[in-house]
Amino acid sequence: MAFVIVTTIIVIGTVLWNFITPWWFTPLASNWGALDQTIIISLWVTGVAFVLVSGFILYCVVKFRYKEGHKSEYEPENTKLEVILTAITTVGVIILLAPGLIAWNDYVNLPEDAMEVEGVGQQWVWTYRFPGEDGVYGNTNGRLFSSKNTFGLDPNDPNSQDDILIRSNHLHLPIDEPVVFQLRSKDVLHDFYIPQFRAKMDLVPGQQTNLWFTPTVLGTYEVACAEYCGTGHFAMRGIITVDTMNDFQSWLTEQPTFFDTMNEGTKGQGKQIAQTLGCVACHSDNGKNGIGPTWKNSFGSQRMMTSGETVIVDAEYIKESIVNPNEKTAQGYAPVMPAYKMSDDELDAIVEYIETLSE
Amino acid sequence: MEQSSAYEGQPLHEPKGWWGRYVFSQDHKVIGLQYTCIALAIGLTGMFLSLLMRMQLGFPGLFESIDAGSYYQDVTMHGMIMVIYLLTALFLGGFGNYLIPLMLGSRDMAFPFVNMLSFWFYLLSVLILVASFFVESGPTGAGWTLYPPQSILEGTPGADGAGIILMLASLAVFIIAFTMGGLNYITTVLQSRTRGMTLMRMPLIIWCIFLATFLGLLAFPALLVGAIMLIFDRVLETSFFMPEIFKGGEVLDYGGGSPVLFQHLFWFFGHPEVYIIALPAFGIISELISCHARKNIFGYNMMVWALIAIAGIAFIVWAHHMYVAGMNPYLGFFFATTTLIIAIPTAIKVYNWVITLWNANIRMTVPMLYCLAFLITFLIGGLTGLFLGNVAVDVPLSDTYFVVGHFHMVMAVSPVLALYGGLYHWYPSVTGRMLDDRLGKIHFWITFIGTYLVYFPMHYIGFLGVPRRYYSNDQYDFIPQSVNDLNQFITICALIVGAAQFILLYNFVVSIYKGKKAGSNPWGACTLEWQALESPPGHGNWDVQLPVVHRWPYDYGLPGATADFVPQNVADEDIT
Repeated sequence: MAFVIVTTIIVIGTVLWNFITPWWFTPLASNWGALDQTIIISLWVTGVAFVLVSGFILYCVVKFRYKEGHKSEYEPENTKLEVILTAITTVGVIILLAPGLIAWNDYVNLPEDAMEVEGVGQQWVWTYRFPGEDGVYGNTNGRLFSSKNTFGLDPNDPNSQDDILIRSNHLHLPIDEPVVFQLRSKDVLHDFYIPQFRAKMDLVPGQQTNLWFTPTVLGTYEVACAEYCGTGHFAMRGIITVDTMNDFQSWLTEQPTFFDTMNEGTKGQGKQIAQTLGCVACHSDNGKNGIGPTWKNSFGSQRMMTSGETVIVDAEYIKESIVNPNEKTAQGYAPVMPAYKMSDDELDAIVEYIETLSE
Repeated sequence: MEQSSAYEGQPLHEPKGWWGRYVFSQDHKVIGLQYTCIALAIGLTGMFLSLLMRMQLGFPGLFESIDAGSYYQDVTMHGMIMVIYLLTALFLGGFGNYLIPLMLGSRDMAFPFVNMLSFWFYLLSVLILVASFFVESGPTGAGWTLYPPQSILEGTPGADGAGIILMLASLAVFIIAFTMGGLNYITTVLQSRTRGMTLMRMPLIIWCIFLATFLGLLAFPALLVGAIMLIFDRVLETSFFMPEIFKGGEVLDYGGGSPVLFQHLFWFFGHPEVYIIALPAFGIISELISCHARKNIFGYNMMVWALIAIAGIAFIVWAHHMYVAGMNPYLGFFFATTTLIIAIPTAIKVYNWVITLWNANIRMTVPMLYCLAFLITFLIGGLTGLFLGNVAVDVPLSDTYFVVGHFHMVMAVSPVLALYGGLYHWYPSVTGRMLDDRLGKIHFWITFIGTYLVYFPMHYIGFLGVPRRYYSNDQYDFIPQSVNDLNQFITICALIVGAAQFILLYNFVVSIYKGKKAGSNPWGACTLEWQALESPPGHGNWDVQLPVVHRWPYDYGLPGATADFVPQNVADEDIT
């Protein structure tokens, strides 16, 4: 009897929970309402199946409890019943599948004449590129990546000069304008996911993937990486602000082109370099320790190593920690930082930046 | 069948001495036990890792030693251990070994020596796996799917040391072990059935193990080549799965490979693997539900054909794990359709189990409780699979906690409940004694309710969009504080469930000595393993004469018989 009571509570609780749960979809902010509707249809169909089957089980357990000397009915086959049940299930499956396939058809057929943005993932930051005035992306090549040319653009391609580069985690998009994302990754798998837009697609190094949506609500949204990409996966956060077209245009004109970035020096660019190389995913500038120690007030401080020795965080130590990070690991942190190759100028720029973060 | 009569009456090769009997044994029953013990031991390790992981999610910062790197190592090793080294090994190596010859009326497996080797290779694979915990930079933290490029690149725990290599090597050795065992199961089922045991008179669990083994023999090679190619990429710097990569400020010496290719190989194995685990669980449920409800199983023929359909379709659904992985998006139409079609034979299985309860005479024994609990959790897990298989619905839900909830319900909790039911059911056959009923019920209730409370709410934070494999949720504003509170609640439930498993272990050990004597057929079952001469069955299983089978294995409540069951080896004229 305990089983009947407990399981009845479980079944009723499971159904009721859908009406009182504090955790539900985030407010929809894109054109993908059809995905939500398909989930709702699925909840109803599966909910009915769940209640019917578990109700039947509970009824049997109550009604046909063991009686000494009693014998159960002998009925090995009932073809008619089996055919009916198979038919009902098939109908249920079709009710679920049809709206799903229709929605998928919209999801994978990219709209013509939509705005285009390229999203580039790397451990553990997002960057973006617009095709610029000519409306054509410059060619890229995986062999051309460097800490200077962080998008791997071909400098000799005339189309690449006016490409607009967003070298930070923060992207703006205009409202009510369909946008197609061309996604690529520099290093490992990532996944571009914005919960409020419902949209999601993996980034795969060596190939391009596509994703489209139309933002429908003004506001600021978070991009979360949804494909495990190494130790900093959970910290690979980006921001998308949905603006009016005017605000978006004025933001866009402030962004540098590829031509601009290739002609800027490294002096004073430490923050920019730290962002494009992904340092900031683990090392914050606000005093909060992440996967690695924060840079705030770190310059000149004393720090205990896992080996037991104490070092002073100076220019030499910082540079060594970038080029050969696991030689010395600060106590309380895992030796997970990958080594970075940079020019001396770039190293100096980063040291200079970290120095400015100390009061 | 002719063969078995040719061997009848020949002398048995008795094992020599203690070592031959208990260690280097070629007896299928001992090998089954060896598999079971090792699998349970490594499974406990896997459970411990999951609790470490839960501690971080529920009480972040409480244990300083759980940093992001070690968290991902725990996640990875937990998944791999549970799926491969616990469930696959225990269902096929443990239950398969013990039950196939006994239920088919054979003396042993077709190739006893190869069977023994299979166990020792399995043990070796477990030792290699465990060794990776002790190498520099620890075991791999690449996620159990081991997706390249990150699984072999710096920035992922265990990638720069030997961790990932040992993981892949261990898998390769496991697959060798499985192949030796699997060929044995197939051959035994096809060649060593006793007289009268036609294929359509085999107990459903044997059908399930037989088909699961078929799946394994066809699916594991994809993983094997994937693992070997990945070792090559890591050690010899080949580029099977590695495109041009820019990392750490430099372009690496890789180029031209495809990460998606690995995913295809992995899931071509990985999806059938779900059924390699699920089918034996189905089998156990079919046996238990019929025996403890004292009712013939409903629709045996349909059940067998549904199993065959599931096993066949299982090979053309793998890419539903890859809807948003960057494969050609139009493949989504095909794989969503096949995936939802496989729901139909699976639903037939569920219908037939529950219809078996109709007009039955249900004994609420501990194995029956596990059966009923299995039906509830499998129902939930199967129905949520309809969400994820339906390609468009998968877009917002994939890689969120909805997936974690779904696959734990369907291929962790459900198989484990079936597994426990099976252990309680066949323990008397192995030891000759019953497990303690009261302890069994306590263990059951905590496990059933506890796991439900752990996994059910996860579906809803999945609706919210909380991504899985996050070491911490602090960074994100869209994740409310209530999710962290829930995580705390789930962790507490998980700790209680974890602790409760020691009740089972205690029951296991103590009952060997103190359990109630079981007698030869304590549950009144029809299948042959309960009809052996001795209880527990001795070496060679049967008397000089092999049993002869006269009927299907589910003659419970047969009209005209006095008892409420008629064993398979009773002829019509002997029914009283």
